[in-house]
Amino acid sequence: MNIKENIKTLVIKKPLKLDCGKTINNFPLAYETYGSLNKNKDNAILVFHALTGDQFVTGINPVTKKDGWWSYAVGPNKSIDTNKYFVICANVIGGCMGSFGPSHKNPDTNKIYGTDFPVITINDMVNAQVNLLDHFEIKKLFSVVGGSMGGMQVLQFISNYPDKANTVVPIACTSNHSAQNIAFNELGRQAIASDHNWSDGKYLSNNTLPDKGLSVARMAAHITYLSKKGLQEKFGRKLQERDALKFGFDADFQIESYLRYQGSVFVDRFDANSYLYITRAMDYFDLVKQFDGNLSNAFKKTKAKFFIISFTSDWLYPTQENKDIVIALNAIGADVGFVEIKSDKGHDSFLLDVPDFLKTLKNFLDKSYLEK
Amino acid sequence: MKTEYKIIVDLIEEKTRVLDVGCDDGTLMESLKKDKNVDARGIEISKDKVQTCVSKGLTVIEGNAELDLKQFPNDSFDYVVLGQTLQAFVNPEIVIKELLRVGKKAIITIPNFGHWKVRLNLLIKGTMPITESLPNDWYNTPNIHMCTIKDFVKFSKIINFKIFKSLALTNKNISNINNSNLFYKNLFAELGIFLIEK
Repeated sequence: MNIKENIKTLVIKKPLKLDCGKTINNFPLAYETYGSLNKNKDNAILVFHALTGDQFVTGINPVTKKDGWWSYAVGPNKSIDTNKYFVICANVIGGCMGSFGPSHKNPDTNKIYGTDFPVITINDMVNAQVNLLDHFEIKKLFSVVGGSMGGMQVLQFISNYPDKANTVVPIACTSNHSAQNIAFNELGRQAIASDHNWSDGKYLSNNTLPDKGLSVARMAAHITYLSKKGLQEKFGRKLQERDALKFGFDADFQIESYLRYQGSVFVDRFDANSYLYITRAMDYFDLVKQFDGNLSNAFKKTKAKFFIISFTSDWLYPTQENKDIVIALNAIGADVGFVEIKSDKGHDSFLLDVPDFLKTLKNFLDKSYLEK
Repeated sequence: MKTEYKIIVDLIEEKTRVLDVGCDDGTLMESLKKDKNVDARGIEISKDKVQTCVSKGLTVIEGNAELDLKQFPNDSFDYVVLGQTLQAFVNPEIVIKELLRVGKKAIITIPNFGHWKVRLNLLIKGTMPITESLPNDWYNTPNIHMCTIKDFVKFSKIINFKIFKSLALTNKNISNINNSNLFYKNLFAELGIFLIEK
């Protein structure tokens, strides 16, 4: 792991009761901001990151030295225009970019938490991040926006704090994880747990890293972020720097080499235990169950304007699951718009250069801001 | 703006809730918002048009009237508008019933297949009529259930809904349709506009 300088951190003093029953307090929440907060403090957008994201939404991530995860969408004159809006993003609790997580030391035992860290939920993540509003003295956000797990946080946020946002934009997400979603996450967790170096989560104390396991977890997950068509067009059966098959188990195919590369760069920036905790939070997320089987009730108290976006080739959080949220909102006469964007880039479409998506997101935000 | 839209805007009372089914590029919704201070929502099947509506600040969901009206509770709108698409549905009866379930009133416009040009076209050429308002060939038209103004009036009795107001559009002129002039309106009107109730 890199040395984490330049990370802004807010220490949350207020006790936070977690869904698992434990209470945490005096814990760090790492965040970053872009653009500036106007006088009326009504131009703030809280962006929620996905499973492996962090608070460094755009520009160069000071830790990884790579572009921020949502550089296509966030920045000056972009969809989320930082000339206009004040963008805040926090690393989720349970994460590994400065917020309270399993790689932190337990002050009581002076040992790294590892799997002694409390299990975190999407609800807990959101309840931690709402403290940022107090910190910046923002009464009401202009918008809450996020894709994938970020979208789940968006839904949970507006359900918990119905009058704290004018507009709500969940992208490529779901109101609860399907069996297939849980299955893929479990595959990733088991890959980590079966790495000998993982040592029941105590690897940091042992000075080892379950790199192999985490990298396999990433490889498997990465496949779920792309579409079959996208993979076929990009890689097909093309061979990796060779003219013929080698009759062995090296990466003969480009797709193999690509996945191995994705796995190997991931382990440099992500903590294996955080991967376990965050995937668990996603699996536990069930907004329908939280409201006794009726998703509409999650949104009954809010007057916010919703805009839901899905992608044609996203099979991880398919259009129908996004549409279920639209249906729940229409059932209570909420203000909801919805569009399915055509893209071959799979679930990852929301992170990539998909012009129709970027344009639509920008139009929705800018028009809503004028009418606010 | 199309005369058809002006008539619809006139039919709708101020500050009501309106659902525009097949809202196209949102032109009607925009003028309803502007002129009548209406809380307007739209359903549109074309992705491009949904994106156009979003760029105009309109609340639109991408969807299909035959599948997506289901999600709205009874009487959730004061008016539901269906402009020139009834003839494109597999089951117009179900669609009308859904419109009147979701809306307290519905406004339906139909391109009149009884117009004299249509009749003459078929009579003389002996081929399926192609006119300004029906520009497609029989094999590529989305219109599978064409009807005339007279048919629609008859239909109201068959499936039991009330026609509150019926208007004919002829060369941009609007006139009322009643029992005594139905024969002529059915021959000369290009478009029928109906305000209906359960």
